[in-house]
Amino acid sequence: MITTQNNRPVFLDLLQIRLPIAGIMSIGHRISGVAMVCVIPYMISLLDESVAGPEGFASVSETVAGWPFKLFLFLLFWAFMHHFLAGIRYLLLDVDIGVDKPLYRQTAIGVLVAAPVLALAVTGVLS
Amino acid sequence: MSRQASGMRAWVFQRVTAVYLLFFFPYLILKFVTNPPADHVALTAWLSHPGVSVGVLLFVAALLLHAWVGVRDAVIDYVHPIAARVSVLSLLAFALAACGLWALKVVVLAQVAVV
Repeated sequence: MITTQNNRPVFLDLLQIRLPIAGIMSIGHRISGVAMVCVIPYMISLLDESVAGPEGFASVSETVAGWPFKLFLFLLFWAFMHHFLAGIRYLLLDVDIGVDKPLYRQTAIGVLVAAPVLALAVTGVLS
Repeated sequence: MSRQASGMRAWVFQRVTAVYLLFFFPYLILKFVTNPPADHVALTAWLSHPGVSVGVLLFVAALLLHAWVGVRDAVIDYVHPIAARVSVLSLLAFALAACGLWALKVVVLAQVAVV
């Protein structure tokens, strides 16, 4: 069902692989994705509580106004912006845009740099 | 689609859902940056608007499907013993399904609150 029969070489030891910059961006895409999946239940719980009634809405408003939540929101937006920009980059690669060497590397650096900057900007505007 | 092509199907799902998320996430962020709901009435009014509730439910479905394909890829890469792999994937599937039903409940609840 899930197993494969072929004996193609697979090397996935994260501690031994030396990643180029596009590889660092790529593993960031995966880590940010898995991290955001872990946050889904919490986000639904916030929406649930705030929809349940005025008291719940007030309680959630208080939670999201605090600095621990702002820090959480910044990290969440960092993960999101990274995943979002890297995702656009992958979609463009699918249609053969940015496949060649200088652009391939430059867009990877662009994603790595732009993500935290955008995250900080959005968190700042929401505060 | 044949079993051999299931990887292809996952690949397509990942991209189709990505395009929906590509448009819906900026809408959500812009909504909460420019015009966040001020109170419970405003929140439920927004969420029970037909366009928004359908858009949000589609968004949740796209997000969970996108999450399923993405985490499944990571699990297949890093969890090799078949028992552990099946366990993790089953747990993930149940958790994502639960999230979907929970979100559905919240959207319906918003509808009820407005009526």
